[in-house]
Amino acid sequence: MTGLGPVSQWLYTRKSEVRRNVRLAEPVYEIEIEIKNADGLHMRPAMQFVDVASGFDCDIKVSNNDTCVDAKSIMQMTMLAATCGTKLKVKAQGPDAQEAIKALQELVEENLFDESATAGSGGRNE
Amino acid sequence: MRFSDFVCLDAIIPQLKASDRDGAIAELVSALADAGKIGTAKPGNITEAVIKRENEASTGIGKGVAVPHVKHSAISQVVAAVGCSTEGIDFSSLDKQPVYSVILLLSPADSADKHLQAMENIFRNLQKDDFRSFLRQAQTTEQIKEAIFDTNENTFE
Repeated sequence: MTGLGPVSQWLYTRKSEVRRNVRLAEPVYEIEIEIKNADGLHMRPAMQFVDVASGFDCDIKVSNNDTCVDAKSIMQMTMLAATCGTKLKVKAQGPDAQEAIKALQELVEENLFDESATAGSGGRNE
Repeated sequence: MRFSDFVCLDAIIPQLKASDRDGAIAELVSALADAGKIGTAKPGNITEAVIKRENEASTGIGKGVAVPHVKHSAISQVVAAVGCSTEGIDFSSLDKQPVYSVILLLSPADSADKHLQAMENIFRNLQKDDFRSFLRQAQTTEQIKEAIFDTNENTFE
């Protein structure tokens, strides 16, 4: 910020503070979703989850009891290793947080990642 | 579960001969077959199953690593093989970059939970910058083993 006098600099700082506060005031939505497909959150479902999450602008975090990860990172999502029956907390923050939560809940609990709820039939075994 | 619990130490290939994806998968499967880890299955069949899975969606998740895997009825215990390539292999990765470290994971058909635990472990380690760079720089089997056993020190279970 060279060339700016102390007042403009102060104004600049004030502005970014305000911007940060706006960020904090963005809507936050949080839900618990249950993994219902028999094979759990293995890599392919995790990729679907990341794909859906990445379609939204909001920040999305997913956590089990030990780990909290970024819903838009495949490497992190696979780390959750959520088995069938696991409940995950999903927290979204940003202008489209509500839509994001709705889309993710649908993917996980209604569509079951296009897999089956019964062991064996949902796999891709040879 | 620790990385060293399911990595087959006899199936570590510091310098993969193959320069293509399918060849690298075949090499790793064959190393596991030689180590007696694929039961009565023919290596060719396992390789085919891994490639089929890979064609559905690439397991090359970026940052120079790929984790090809399959669940197969001939496999009795979760087992992994590790291979490195200096030149890099095209895995159709998400970031379109070559893969330098390949971790092949084979799981029994009927234990989704064990498979998930192994995947969790692999990705937890791959997430670490230093583990990835150790693997990538490794020239010998010993160095790869060292990287694998180092991951144990950070496991609190």
